[in-house]
Amino acid sequence: MRGIQGAGLILFVVGMLVFTVLPFLSSYRLSEALVRDKVKEIHQEKLVELLQPMYGQDYPSTHAFLSAYASHFDAYNEGLKAKQAWDQVIWDDYGFALAKAAGAGPARAHPWTSLALSIGLVVLGGVLFQFSGSGHTSLAHTGVFHSSLMNRGVLGMLTGTYLIGFYVILYWFPAYLSPLVWMVEPIAQFLSGGPASQWFLYGLVYTLAIGVMGIRMVLKYRDNKYQQLRTASVMFFQTAFAFLIPEVLLLLNKPYFDFKNIWPLDYDFFYDYQIDTFLSSGGVGLFMLIWGILLIVIGVPVFTYFYGKRWYCSWVCGCGGLAETVGDGFRHLSDKSMKAWQWERWMIHGVLALAVVMTTLTIVNYFSSFSLLGQVTNQLHSFYGFAIGSAFAGVVGTGFYPFMGNRVWCRFGCPLAAYLGLVQRFKSRFRITTNGGQCISCGNCSTHCEMGIDVRAYAQQGQNIVRSSCVGCGVCASVCPRGVLKLENGPEEGRIHEFPILIGNNSIKLRS
Amino acid sequence: MGSRHFVIIGNGISGITFARHLRKGDDQARITVISGESPYFFSRTALMYVYMGQMKWEHTQPYEPYFWKKNRIDLKQAWVKSITFESKTLVFESGETLNYDSLVLATGSKPAFFGWPGQDLKGVQGLYTKQDLETMEAITSQPIQRAVIVGGGLIGIELAEMLTYKKIPVTFLVRESRFWEQVLPEKEASLVQKHILDHEIDLRFQTEIREILSDAQGNVRAVVTKIGEEIPCGFVGIATGVTPNVDFLKNTGLAIGKGIKINAYFETSVPDVYALGDCAEFDQPPGPGRRTLEQVWYTGRMHGETLAYNFCNKPVAYQPGVWFNSAKFFAIEFQTYGLVSPEPLVGVQDFFWRNDPGKVSFRMTLDLEGKILGVLNLGFRLRHEFFDRAIREKWTGELVMQRLANGVFDPEFFTPYHVEIQAAFQRQFGGTIVPSKKSFFQKLFGLNQ
Repeated sequence: MRGIQGAGLILFVVGMLVFTVLPFLSSYRLSEALVRDKVKEIHQEKLVELLQPMYGQDYPSTHAFLSAYASHFDAYNEGLKAKQAWDQVIWDDYGFALAKAAGAGPARAHPWTSLALSIGLVVLGGVLFQFSGSGHTSLAHTGVFHSSLMNRGVLGMLTGTYLIGFYVILYWFPAYLSPLVWMVEPIAQFLSGGPASQWFLYGLVYTLAIGVMGIRMVLKYRDNKYQQLRTASVMFFQTAFAFLIPEVLLLLNKPYFDFKNIWPLDYDFFYDYQIDTFLSSGGVGLFMLIWGILLIVIGVPVFTYFYGKRWYCSWVCGCGGLAETVGDGFRHLSDKSMKAWQWERWMIHGVLALAVVMTTLTIVNYFSSFSLLGQVTNQLHSFYGFAIGSAFAGVVGTGFYPFMGNRVWCRFGCPLAAYLGLVQRFKSRFRITTNGGQCISCGNCSTHCEMGIDVRAYAQQGQNIVRSSCVGCGVCASVCPRGVLKLENGPEEGRIHEFPILIGNNSIKLRS
Repeated sequence: MGSRHFVIIGNGISGITFARHLRKGDDQARITVISGESPYFFSRTALMYVYMGQMKWEHTQPYEPYFWKKNRIDLKQAWVKSITFESKTLVFESGETLNYDSLVLATGSKPAFFGWPGQDLKGVQGLYTKQDLETMEAITSQPIQRAVIVGGGLIGIELAEMLTYKKIPVTFLVRESRFWEQVLPEKEASLVQKHILDHEIDLRFQTEIREILSDAQGNVRAVVTKIGEEIPCGFVGIATGVTPNVDFLKNTGLAIGKGIKINAYFETSVPDVYALGDCAEFDQPPGPGRRTLEQVWYTGRMHGETLAYNFCNKPVAYQPGVWFNSAKFFAIEFQTYGLVSPEPLVGVQDFFWRNDPGKVSFRMTLDLEGKILGVLNLGFRLRHEFFDRAIREKWTGELVMQRLANGVFDPEFFTPYHVEIQAAFQRQFGGTIVPSKKSFFQKLFGLNQ
């Protein structure tokens, strides 16, 4: 078993190295035909002219190619901006599309081999590594504070830095990833009939990560059906709803749509171009629009009333899915202090308020043909997309796993989590029940709560845990050595103990 | 009440519970908590998890440092050397003094050592204090060929689990003929023993040590058993129970038996001096089937709650309710509610069920009229509130079985053991129980065994 684990680790590391090196193994040569092929008609003539000096030149690296591109393109755009000729400025970024089209390299020549040697080895190695053959669920959390990776040691720092770097490149410098996109091109063609983008690459990697680390969860919690079922659930929703179905929709010439993504997490659901897409795609588009609205106004409150926000956050959501699988080993790094809780409430509800204001403005504008603060709305969109959608949800949300735990985004930033949380706190049957007087204040529950809830503070006074942030992962109940905690859906009456009483002392009945 | 100065010696669960509840009921009192062991209250029960890298030290502290300031509970880290009751003065080891109006002794207990030759060697220790954790971490960070644990109870098995985490081979010596004989009936003990053996632990019964041998540097080298076998080892964990930590109070005029003698109001023989928790010994057992020394977490907490109440209200006698306890043996959880004797008793009927692979069991004791006295369960969880009520209201075994689905506290989707337990009860006692139905999910995922 140790041998298999060791082999898995080696394969994983080799795969990661190949994945990291591949983007550097590429060269570029641009032609007029390629520019005509990749650039929108309205910009075509201008770009064909601007990029003239690049045609036929050999660029030995992505960086060299993009620098050359930028020197021509940016000079033109900056000139227009200086003249305040805003309507002539080219806002589209053709860097990725041109790099992808103009490049050559092993990943393009041999996409399947490259894929097998990078992502393939990572997946294979990752799966093999999970079969350590040891342990019982009760040992699932031993040693995490002795681990360099899981306790902010050198490995943790490196992992976090790598993840942050990956997200920064993905969001703001995607052209550098184009060699990696080449190798997933055949899969995209097969699924959607169209070309692969950096988002397709990301979706594939994301889904595989949840798959491999989901296997880890199922093995780690081999005696815990709750953990296994919810892990299987997030694996299913990621694979089918977030990854496959949207691609197949494209194949069928329908709008790309993730049926489980809900506004305000899906913050551009009401953007004008989205609404136009829905309304111009016939019955299917209309269904998507209505489905999305029904989830917001009926799905969230009804499901959350019966089951708590966990139905979404730890059973369905993609961000939650990644946090609960890839991020599981970092859950204990969340900050449990009162101060962190105060920050959390301001931040998450602040983001919710921002999303609501932005969306309201957007909808008003949609019906008034952008007469009210049209320019502000656009700026709001780009601010939100940059600060919340990319920086917070992506770079911080995942990149900070090894620093601040696996639910940074879900806890401090996700506006849908805030909405679900409000329902959970004020109108739900869900609670974590404390088992009478059995708590020994050991603190395992609080230590391993990914949302930073001080579970023990409630358990030790015999009080049910009713907190808006609880995603119902169930790990507090699993890690408790005395059988004190149980996630339950039950009558609203008596759910919130304002005056909890610890069972077992007949001398007095007092408030803890 | 004015600003009476309450001084509490000991910042464990009983002393801290007292201090917290006193502050809730009395805004004026001046409260000082003294501990030499650690500046802040921590959960002793979590020491093993710090050792196993499952928690950090800070996680063992249930309250953040600001809590004490906010609640005006003064914390003083110092060891008390002596107490002069006449002048109500504490003298610290530093020579400093402190006066009190009311003194609460909550000094806890300490591992019991039985005078074995070599018991003071380096590498021989109990597991009770923060310092014990630190010495154990230091010693076992060196390569050790083997560790020996003496004593077959809860601390013994915790030590076994901790050492196993560090992959140190363990020999586990138990004086009795089975594990935790004072509490576990034979069938439960054998279930746990099998689980211990599954962890490759050298478990030996009816074995006592005669002496502990030293190497040239004063470190432990081996233990010798009563039959003369020498077991080489680099660490000896003493887990033969605890004894009240009262040495520094002897010959001070305070009445002391095994612990500090108290009545049901926690009053000692000296006016304005009270004792709580592990260090206290009641003059009468506080309830039927209970001991005069109550040395578990829960009772320490209840003592603190009750005494604080008494200072803020009309005093009541300490009167614990239905007994309960819990523990964990490696992966197997243990709970008990009410009275379950480890040996069969006349006038008590026993119902026992265990599952096939043998990691889960349920025992219910009944009086001759078939009314529940207590339960003891391994490997699954039962609801405290349910069994507390069943035992207080003297439900019949049949009624308990009928409602058992409500008494299970396992997580959702877990195997519904109660269905089989109901069937087994019916086979043994007859009656007309309608067994619970498996839910849709339980059927769907084949959750039976």
